[in-house]
Amino acid sequence: MGRVVVDVMPKPEILDPQGKAVAGALPRLGFTGFTSVRQGKRFELEVDGPVTDEVLAAAREAAATVLSNPVIEDVVAVIDAASLEAVPGAQA
Amino acid sequence: MSDVLTGARIGVITFPGTLDDRDAARAVRLAGATAVPLWHADADLHGVDAVVLPGGFSYGDYLRAGAISRFAPVMDVLVDAAKGGLPVLGICNGFQILTESHLLPGSMIKNDSLSFLCREQRLTVENADTAWTRGFRAGQEITIPLKNQDGQFVADEHTLDELEGEGRVVFRYAGENPNGSRRGIAGITNAAGNVVGLMPHPEHAVEVGFGTAAESGPRAGTDGLTFFTSVLGTLVTA
Repeated sequence: MGRVVVDVMPKPEILDPQGKAVAGALPRLGFTGFTSVRQGKRFELEVDGPVTDEVLAAAREAAATVLSNPVIEDVVAVIDAASLEAVPGAQA
Repeated sequence: MSDVLTGARIGVITFPGTLDDRDAARAVRLAGATAVPLWHADADLHGVDAVVLPGGFSYGDYLRAGAISRFAPVMDVLVDAAKGGLPVLGICNGFQILTESHLLPGSMIKNDSLSFLCREQRLTVENADTAWTRGFRAGQEITIPLKNQDGQFVADEHTLDELEGEGRVVFRYAGENPNGSRRGIAGITNAAGNVVGLMPHPEHAVEVGFGTAAESGPRAGTDGLTFFTSVLGTLVTA
């Protein structure tokens, strides 16, 4: 079973009210070193077989047409989850 | 109300999670037309003369407000009909569905206050030439309820300039901007003027005794009714 990870973030020029609220909460818990927070979305798309180029192409299309709204969001990553797992210490 | 007007049939679409379809249908009836319930999974507009996309939280606002409703079977036929000139009014979540369907530009994000707002909102009518605003006059101030969480209208500067330049800003918030909407925009229209979307709720201010605060009484404001009588006038003259 293959898995594609799609990351969507609010556009930099769009105010991110959720990120702003999180940024406001962090110092109250003692996390004073973070100057800004932006909150996005992560999708995990599973397929029966391996993640082929065709699967990635379909995921890119889904990311651009359904998973994100280009007016307010950018698709920042469409990647094979297996490539994330190959990185030591990273979790897909 | 003349027989011509009572003959008009206005569809009200219900999606899973729609809340205000009954109030929208009531507004249609109070304006003198027949309300026709339309179902999201039915790819048929049943010959209606106009369509209202009511407010609510279709599909729980999952993904983005209005994003999943856009792919409902009824939307395919609605998008074609709207491009052909059918009058369509999107209220709140209905407005969000119209932007996700690309019938109207821009999008809505969370209110800048991060709060759910529920209040009576003053609006300035900027364009009184659309199918849904002909009963108003340009510059008129009206009051209808505003109740939402994702009400902040955003679009890039080019799109905003285009909307302003073409007179497609239909409503602007009067007084303080309640939610951070770009240029105080509360509602917009397409180039043809048949598709109108706005965040505030005209269907909740259509009957004396159940409307907004007005000089004539505490619940006597019925500015919302004019949206529905406007479209009937549009249909008669069409």
